[in-house]
Amino acid sequence: MGEKKKKIVKTIKVNADLCNGCRACEVICSAFHAQPKYSSNNPARSRIRIVRYPLRDIYVPVYAGEYTAAECMGRDKYIIDGKEYEECAFCRASCPSRDIFKEPDSGLPLKCDMCEGEDEPLCVKWCLVDALTYEEREEEEEVEEGQEEKELDIGLESLAKKYGVQELMDAVARMSMKDEGIKTVQPQE
Amino acid sequence: MRYAETGYNLEIDLSRGNIERVETDPRETELYLGGLGTSAKILWERVPPEVDPFSPDNLLIFSAGLLCGTPATGCNRTIVATISPQTLLMAFSMMGGFWAPELKYAGYDKVILRGKSPDLVYIWINNDKVEIRDASHLRGKGAVETQELIQQELNEPRAQVAAIGLAGENRVYFASIEQGRSSASRLGLGAVMGDKGVKAIAVRGTRDINVAQPEKFMELCNEVMDYIQWRNEHPIPGVMPILQGLGSPQEMKVHDEKWHTENFMWGNARVRRKGFWNEDIAKEWSDTLDSMRRRLISCFNCPMTCGATIQPPDRPTYMMKCFSKLTYTMAAYADLEFGLGIAQSATEYGVDGFSTPQVMAFALELLEDGILTKDDFPGMPEDNEGRFHWLLDRIVRREGIGDVLANGTYWAAKAIGKGAEAYAHNTIKKHEQLPLKLSMLNPIYFLMYCTGEKINITQIEGQFPQAPFPTREEREAFVKDWFQVPDEKFKQYFLDWELRGENSIPFYPTPEMCCDIVDWQERMHYIDDALGMCAGLSSFPLKPPYHIHNYPKFISAGAGIEMDEEKLTEAIRRYRTLVRANNIRRGMRRKDERPPQDHWKKRFPELEEKLLDTYYEFKGWNKDGIPTKETLHALGLDYVFEEFEKRGVYSDDEDAPEQRTSAEKDKEA
Repeated sequence: MGEKKKKIVKTIKVNADLCNGCRACEVICSAFHAQPKYSSNNPARSRIRIVRYPLRDIYVPVYAGEYTAAECMGRDKYIIDGKEYEECAFCRASCPSRDIFKEPDSGLPLKCDMCEGEDEPLCVKWCLVDALTYEEREEEEEVEEGQEEKELDIGLESLAKKYGVQELMDAVARMSMKDEGIKTVQPQE
Repeated sequence: MRYAETGYNLEIDLSRGNIERVETDPRETELYLGGLGTSAKILWERVPPEVDPFSPDNLLIFSAGLLCGTPATGCNRTIVATISPQTLLMAFSMMGGFWAPELKYAGYDKVILRGKSPDLVYIWINNDKVEIRDASHLRGKGAVETQELIQQELNEPRAQVAAIGLAGENRVYFASIEQGRSSASRLGLGAVMGDKGVKAIAVRGTRDINVAQPEKFMELCNEVMDYIQWRNEHPIPGVMPILQGLGSPQEMKVHDEKWHTENFMWGNARVRRKGFWNEDIAKEWSDTLDSMRRRLISCFNCPMTCGATIQPPDRPTYMMKCFSKLTYTMAAYADLEFGLGIAQSATEYGVDGFSTPQVMAFALELLEDGILTKDDFPGMPEDNEGRFHWLLDRIVRREGIGDVLANGTYWAAKAIGKGAEAYAHNTIKKHEQLPLKLSMLNPIYFLMYCTGEKINITQIEGQFPQAPFPTREEREAFVKDWFQVPDEKFKQYFLDWELRGENSIPFYPTPEMCCDIVDWQERMHYIDDALGMCAGLSSFPLKPPYHIHNYPKFISAGAGIEMDEEKLTEAIRRYRTLVRANNIRRGMRRKDERPPQDHWKKRFPELEEKLLDTYYEFKGWNKDGIPTKETLHALGLDYVFEEFEKRGVYSDDEDAPEQRTSAEKDKEA
């Protein structure tokens, strides 16, 4: 039997019916995550994007989730209230099938971090029409003893999946060589 | 490094198909800010008065404002500038939407079009890649339709597209440029775009816009955001509903149209229908709006929902803003269902929502009074609403009588003759005005109507209440938190302004006070037009979040240009004077600066002369409205003075300048 553990889930609740399509969320998100903070903005770098087809009355704010190495099999279409949506409109993945949630220069994936350090995500703060609201929910989840995977393991596993174990080991070796290299600068005994 | 602006313009020669990316001089930004300011300078330098609006040498400049693309809330306006085919003067009109920020993200501040393309084309700006593409398959397509077709063709739904419809292609003098939920409608900019053979400009950008002092800039943005929220919760008492809050007049939300329908004129700006609004109509119009309105929508980075998507029965969805809600309805003595329906066609055709209904009502009035006859309208339906649809179709195609009407009421009346001039009664500088006819001369509005060079009252009024409040207590309450005033004296002007008696219109505010009031109101519009700020958060509503006290800080922190109120005011005076200089060089004089003769019933010729004299002097213009040598020198505009001298502007007799504007003579001939 697994142990029950309480966990705080931070989410942005999206009410697409209230969205006015102004993209203030994209502006403030990209400004907050600029280096240095607020020094620039560029909606193409934003971790929240509005899928927006005004004449079809489609306004879907979607914020960036996990990176995924492969395209999914899905790409189905949904009709809701007579409006046809691509499945991708609701998907939060930074994925090879589309260009959102990637740095425009490097292509590196972007993920929402809930504006760490702020009282609430800034997209929520700047959304005066309340399409975006911040929610913290307490959820119980079952944890199987001894099965907790460490973050490092998860990260390494996904890298191994993408590049193969051998590539990964080579990369680690190269990195440690570099560290060695720095050390050799020190005077020898 | 350039801040807020990109430092580059796109120069496109349509005759030769040449595209250049040109670096701009940062000193010009300091002197003329950006947007309207720098565009006025370019027109001054490159479009002399000999150039006809439809000459390949005329320029059509699409400009983002200086702060567009930064996080400053509501800063999203594209300022389009050229020479107007209708007024033959410098024209500039703004559109909100999403185009200007996208242009900034693509790496440009302006797109400057010159020459003429032999075939219909559209321009595709995708960061560094700029193409002139064939648009022959888009000929005749609607302005809204075109935007979607181009997005599909480019497989880029995020491209922002500014397009013309049939009216622009056919050079209708009141053709608009449509973009998203907005349009640059006034003064025939769409006709110049059509003349240049450009159906649309599509833009997509994924670059950064930098600000000079990030923390400071964000602090200012947050202050504005907080104030907007406070102001939304605290509407101003004592003024009509649409003036209580921020944003463009909230026509897409408001159901109660008693004020507009009973105070604005119906038909060809003729008839006031007191008592029109009743419960039945209120119910019917509310149902119409509620059934057709799908969603309230905004421009880029703005929480004010001033627009709406409208879906009339059996017609495609379109986006509407502001007062075009009522202009067609009232011109046709029809109901709201008709208005929202025909506005869909009008948006696709790409025509101005003020001029178009008036032109049609003017034509039908001429028919009614026998100046035009049935033969001029072959095939026109009998029913009233059908006639408006029929006329709109003829105008945008320039077919038959539509070809005459497509030049607007002023030129149409001249062409028709037989006394038709008296029916083109609602123009200033040849341009159709709001259908308002009032009783007592208002000295503030008199000056704004006369001297406003955007030639549209809503683009100069705003900061000072339109009418006095009845009691001193109400006035005191109003001025209590009125921190937007540039000087405390404005509060006193307002406190002492009474509905009746000595301190009432037309003799109070005094001409001197009127100068201050008009100058302040105009200043705020000009600054918005340079920065790209929506008038709805700044110059148009009472007590707005942006004002003369925080704007210098926004410019300093955003663009990295050291700025204070004095320096900013001087910069505004500089490019405002340059706008006038362009027009003076094109022959505009005091004689052109007058409201429609019937705008007020009670006129005061002596007072009116005094008002103009006082205002001209206040502005540093001579008796004929020409900026003086001293004024120009103080603003660093000696080059304007030299040009004026060379052209003999100061020694003109009344008729001389008009002889030089060949375009007007051609049309009159």
